[in-house]
Amino acid sequence: MMSRWNFLAAIGRIFISFLNSTGHLILFTATALRHVVLPPFFLRITFQQMLRIGYFSLPVVGLTAIFTGAVLALQIYIGGSRFNAEGFVGQVVVISMVRELGPVLAALMLAGRVSSAIAAEIGTMRVTEQIDALTTLATNPFKYLVAPRLIAATLTLPLLVLVADIIGVMGGFLAATQRLGLNAGIYMKTTLDVLQLEDVTSGLTKAAVFGFLIALMGCYHGYNSKGGAQGVGAATTDAVVSASILILLFNYVLTDFFFS
Amino acid sequence: MMAQTQDTPKIAVSGLHKRFGGNQVLAGIDLEIGRGKSVVIIGGSGSGKSVTLKCILGLIKPDSGSIRIDGRESTGLSGTEREQVLARVGMLFQAAALFDSMSVWENVAFGLMQRQRMPAELAREKALAAMAKVGLEAGLADLNPAELSGGMQKRVGLARAIAPEPEILFFDEPTTGLDPIMSGIINELIIERVRELGATALTITHDMKSARRIADTIAMIYQGRIIWCGPADSIDECGEPHVEQFIRAKSEGPIALDVLRA
Repeated sequence: MMSRWNFLAAIGRIFISFLNSTGHLILFTATALRHVVLPPFFLRITFQQMLRIGYFSLPVVGLTAIFTGAVLALQIYIGGSRFNAEGFVGQVVVISMVRELGPVLAALMLAGRVSSAIAAEIGTMRVTEQIDALTTLATNPFKYLVAPRLIAATLTLPLLVLVADIIGVMGGFLAATQRLGLNAGIYMKTTLDVLQLEDVTSGLTKAAVFGFLIALMGCYHGYNSKGGAQGVGAATTDAVVSASILILLFNYVLTDFFFS
Repeated sequence: MMAQTQDTPKIAVSGLHKRFGGNQVLAGIDLEIGRGKSVVIIGGSGSGKSVTLKCILGLIKPDSGSIRIDGRESTGLSGTEREQVLARVGMLFQAAALFDSMSVWENVAFGLMQRQRMPAELAREKALAAMAKVGLEAGLADLNPAELSGGMQKRVGLARAIAPEPEILFFDEPTTGLDPIMSGIINELIIERVRELGATALTITHDMKSARRIADTIAMIYQGRIIWCGPADSIDECGEPHVEQFIRAKSEGPIALDVLRA
């Protein structure tokens, strides 16, 4: 009898702690957004962050895109040849790359590269009292640390995804012409013919949302990290895991939204 | 701003309560700090010294109680109003809490550049002047804080706190982790700088040597309450057993008994 109540109590505790942390996150996001919108703005820091988040992520995003594009071309050719649809390789590569894989894979790579870095940096600042020091120097940490990172990630991820889209399509093009022996001119023409503006804009909108989530998770977990080195380590892991899950979740929500 | 008389205490804390989970950390702190006075709060680890300091700074929100700075209630302030209060405050953190992404002079000039919007060249000049006042050579200005020793970092932290010429200075365990000579130097620097600025100072420490040197008034905190408060030179004759035990560093006494009972 007792153990059943303990079991129910455990479920209740988990549920309450879930609601608690959700509320905490919503408050954090609301405060962060207020500082994103209201002046003063730290333009120099925002620019530095754009460089760190965007420019220095180009190699990893580029490599991810080129191999993904190439692999897509091969797989679609294999699958397509089973019902005489080998000719659609170009079209399928471009649509899956631009609408889906470009934004999602670039975002997942950045969740590993950027979300973790933000969480570790802000988390270390928290446990070494640097965030308290900012406050006592009359500088709001949301304004100085959180807002520049949110703005930078939201603005740069679409640009990165645009680059990833182009490199991904080129990867598909290379695999299709060099490995599968498809005609280069026809491949390019069918690729460009099928592509619509809405494919690109929906992908870039996703990218902006993912960029926001990546920076938000890094900032949130870093800002609330506790304890010493162990706390910062946990914050870093939590940032990457939660950012990745939110990216996949919002990817479905946004795709469904654009679908209708 | 309210009318201020010479008698209005710079900082007046009353009935301050704070609980973390099931742990009542502050159980009604009452403390007054007169204009230009130096008060040192002593007490063991976990007695609530740090939480008191952070409540006054506004880093922690107390559950109940009042904190008046210049006669003006400061609990519940936020945003610009809080920043206006903090603009008159300087703080030296226990581990210095220097910004490791910036050079030494940028750390010292941070308050001047962010808060007072001072142009970088002028701020650098002022930062070098503040560094000179705590015995730091100009040659250190472009180093990274991580390249400095603990004592040097404390000095940079002190320079950062005094550079904007605050009216109130807070010191969190200023001598913890330093050798006796460096502790002595930091104590002297604190006394000199506080006197020069005419600032009101609140220090928390468990280093009795430092407390006797810095304080006009010493207050002892125990189990979330101020159990004794008086002039620094009368602490030896206070007759309060908890204080006696603490300042003579005895392992036997009322404090040890409570620890065993808990």
